Formats: sequence, structure tokens, C-alpha cells
Amino acid sequence: MNFFWAFIFGGAVCAIGQVILDKTKMTQADLMVVLVVFGSLISALGFYDPLVTRFGAGAMVPVSNFGHTLTQGVIIGYQENGFLGALEGGLGKASAVLGAAIIFGFTMGLLFRPKG
Amino acid sequence: MRERESPKAKRYARLVEQEKPKISLFSNVVRAFVTGGIICLLGETIRTYLLYLGLSQPLAGVWMSISLIFLASFLTGLGVYDEIGRFGGAGSAIPITGFANSIVAPAMEYRSEGAILGLAARLFIIAGPVIVYGLVSATGFGLLRSVFR
Repeated sequence: MNFFWAFIFGGAVCAIGQVILDKTKMTQADLMVVLVVFGSLISALGFYDPLVTRFGAGAMVPVSNFGHTLTQGVIIGYQENGFLGALEGGLGKASAVLGAAIIFGFTMGLLFRPKG
Repeated sequence: MRERESPKAKRYARLVEQEKPKISLFSNVVRAFVTGGIICLLGETIRTYLLYLGLSQPLAGVWMSISLIFLASFLTGLGVYDEIGRFGGAGSAIPITGFANSIVAPAMEYRSEGAILGLAARLFIIAGPVIVYGLVSATGFGLLRSVFR
């Protein structure tokens, strides 16, 4: 059942994104930025964690989860260490994923050449 | 207006309109749904396996993301993710795999412009704005939430 909900929710987010792409002049980059900001807002309001509980990877795989991770990092960091904690917490919590993306990106950029 | 459109030109315009490939919103949306859904399904499969191995919920989430990022980076290198992107549209852009793709693709493309201002700088062409707006909004919303809880 978890697999079903992950598929449905993740698919639905992407379907809505596609409608926005087709109906507005937004590019994929705009869409990603909007989703991250939206995820961050939803997370601060406390609505993102229930989505993760309910839909698992369906809510964790879309980039909006990046905004969620950053926001939770800020909130938890602020509780522990005030403003400095908030500044550390945001990127702190996302750093593993960001680090992986940059390192893999750099490596693949060196290893592969674009087709054609 | 110097000249009115001749009937011939009108007919031609109508013909062009008819022959244009119809990009159907419905088919785009279905493809995005299926592509995004399958990527999330893959994520859930990886996550379930990691939880089964005994990882905690947060750790399983992070390792799932890293696995998907690695997979997407590699597939982008092979040129396969571009094909998925052509089919899936937003369905391949919105998942974290699309984020990885947005890093690897320009890194490959601009490597010829040098290791620093080519590969390393262009790597952030889309990831940069995502990180900037993500961090700024997360800090703003997160602090608001912390102060007015």
C-alpha cells in the first residue's frame, strides 16, 4: 500500500507541475524553484511531515522535500542554538544530499561527454 | 495594413494549423504522472529496503535521496536521463533525480569551456537558484515559525 501511495502522490505532484509548465510560461527551472519555496512554506506551517508519513517517498522524492529539509533544519537549529543554530541548521540538514549531488555531478561531468 | 490576406494565404495558414503536431495537454500530464510516479515508486522501494536493513526513518530518507541522485547522475552521463526527460517532462524534472540531472547535464555540456568557469560554475546554473531560494525561504519561514509558535 505504501508503494501505491508513493506512486499516486509523487505522480500527482508531477502532473500538476506539467499543467503549470504547459499552461504558463514557466520553465522547468522556475518550476523547481517554486516547488522548493512551496515545500518550505508548507513545512513551516507543519503540513509537510504528515505528507511524508502518509505518502513516504511520494512526498520525499519531489524537490519540494528539499525545502522541507532546509526548513526543518532551520526550526530545529533555532531551538537548539538560536539564530546561529538556524543558520547552521538549514544547510546542515541538507548537506549530505547537496554534497552528494555536487560530487556526483562533478565526477560525471568529467567522465562523460554529451551525446551528439 | 497594406494588403489584405489573400484567400490562398488564409487557406495555407489553416492547413499549417491542421498539420501542426497537436501537443496534447492530457497526454503530457499522463506521461508526467507516470514518470514521476515511477521515480517515487523506485524511491519507496529503496527506502523500504533500507528500513528493512534496520536504518532509522531519517537515515533511510537521506540514503534513498543519495541513491536516486547517484542513479540519475549516472543515467544523465549515459544520455539516458535526457530520453526520460523528453518523455516525462515535469515528471522527470520535479523529482530529486531532476535536480541531479540539472547539475550533471550543464557540467558535461560546458566542460569544454574549462574546469573552473566551465564545468564547476555551470554545474550550479539551475541548482544555484534552487539552493538560494530554498535557503532564503526556509530561513524566513523557519524563523517565523520558530518565533511565532
